[in-house]
Amino acid sequence: MANNGTFLGYRRENGRVGVRNHVAILPVDDISNASCEAVANNIKGTMALPHAYGRLQFGADLDLHFRTMIGTGANPNVAACIVIGIEPGWTQKIADGIAETGKPVAAFSIEQNGDLKTIMDASRRAKDFVHWASELQREECKMSELWVSTKCGESDTTTGLGSCPTVGNMYDKLVPEGIYGCFGETSEITGAEHICKARAADEDTAERWYAMWKAYQDDVIFAHQTDDLSDSQPTKGNIEGGLTTIEEKALGNLEKIGRDCRYIDILDPAEAPKKGPGLYFMDTSSAAAECVTLMAAAGYVVHTFPTGQGNVIGNPIVPVVKISANPRTLRTMSEHIDVDVTGILTREMTIDQAGDALIDMVRRTANGRATAAEALGHREFVMTKLYRSA
Amino acid sequence: MSNIPQLLVHSPKDNVGVVVVEGLKAGTDMLCVVTEDNSSFTMTSKTDVPIGHKIALTDLKSGDTAIKYGEDIGKMVGEAEKGGHVHTHNLKTKRW
Repeated sequence: MANNGTFLGYRRENGRVGVRNHVAILPVDDISNASCEAVANNIKGTMALPHAYGRLQFGADLDLHFRTMIGTGANPNVAACIVIGIEPGWTQKIADGIAETGKPVAAFSIEQNGDLKTIMDASRRAKDFVHWASELQREECKMSELWVSTKCGESDTTTGLGSCPTVGNMYDKLVPEGIYGCFGETSEITGAEHICKARAADEDTAERWYAMWKAYQDDVIFAHQTDDLSDSQPTKGNIEGGLTTIEEKALGNLEKIGRDCRYIDILDPAEAPKKGPGLYFMDTSSAAAECVTLMAAAGYVVHTFPTGQGNVIGNPIVPVVKISANPRTLRTMSEHIDVDVTGILTREMTIDQAGDALIDMVRRTANGRATAAEALGHREFVMTKLYRSA
Repeated sequence: MSNIPQLLVHSPKDNVGVVVVEGLKAGTDMLCVVTEDNSSFTMTSKTDVPIGHKIALTDLKSGDTAIKYGEDIGKMVGEAEKGGHVHTHNLKTKRW
């Protein structure tokens, strides 16, 4: 497939293209969740994004919190955003960050107002935003304007044989056309780090990638491990699916970046890419909801998610497209799978055909098709926390 | 059905393959396909092995390195005969 054509998306004020049209109600902190959920309940067509953090964080952990909050509101899948926090300082900081995109944003804080007045005021603005957003029209956009991230979950040996190479084939075809790609999962490269390092676009990027990976090994894994990690990486689900060691899991994981792609930069968690179109590595946890939340905050608008044993994750603002090659998973939990590539295992489907099937599903998803996770109501929004709050 | 493989092997260098059908029984004459070069061979399974789990392509003894994707995936900490099950009971990471 030489030219992957167009899709219908929402062109935002800053030129980026979204594939969803959410009016998000974003809490700055855990204690503002109730107000946000009340606004979302009052005003149909909005969505609250409750989460667990935002109080007494400091340093790099606070930077990551702001980056994730602002990035989530700024994501092109969000048409407009209400921000609610306990006090006005951090609330306005986040609202201002989102407003740099040019989209409508309004900030509300609870102290000296109480929940009820905050909910009433925010609900009125949210209703205005819904009227405005619901009149926006999709327009024809080039596939090259898509930002597509990937992360696999509940992997097994079939992901390395089928669903991960399918994503890799998609990237081999779409990255040369000019999309932004992103993979991550720092811990899950362990055992394949020599291969990942060699896939950097240049020597400097390779050395920076390796230093990042090594720092994670030393500062997190070896600093906190109490045993050999064999119950965590691979997970119990991975082991049930036949994966035995982290090396085996990592080699399957890396199949997601195909045969030809080279990553051009390394992103901090939730950091937006800055070097133009191409494939990026993001330093993330391998926990699915954390990783997808961080990639969404970096600006990716569609997520491709290979699974073996059947991870059911979704994301509130980014459609998560599930791909599986495991016939048992398709037999027992097919409602979670968008792209069935079991034919790779029976040798009735080539990786090239599977990649084309995934590109077709990415386009349909970008056009508006609800993913399995969207239809089933999966909205896992999970902030990454680097260390204990003050 | 006869040309649908029971076992897939990533690389000709590998000494383990992956069961890709449900309910594989001991004594099955398996069609095994190497995905890298599309070559095939047959081998008999020695035990019942669940889908997704690995089978040794040659006799493996404790201390041997298991090879998959043409790469080191860990060390054998127990025996596996050709056609036998390879998993957490006899294979372990070299990393942590």
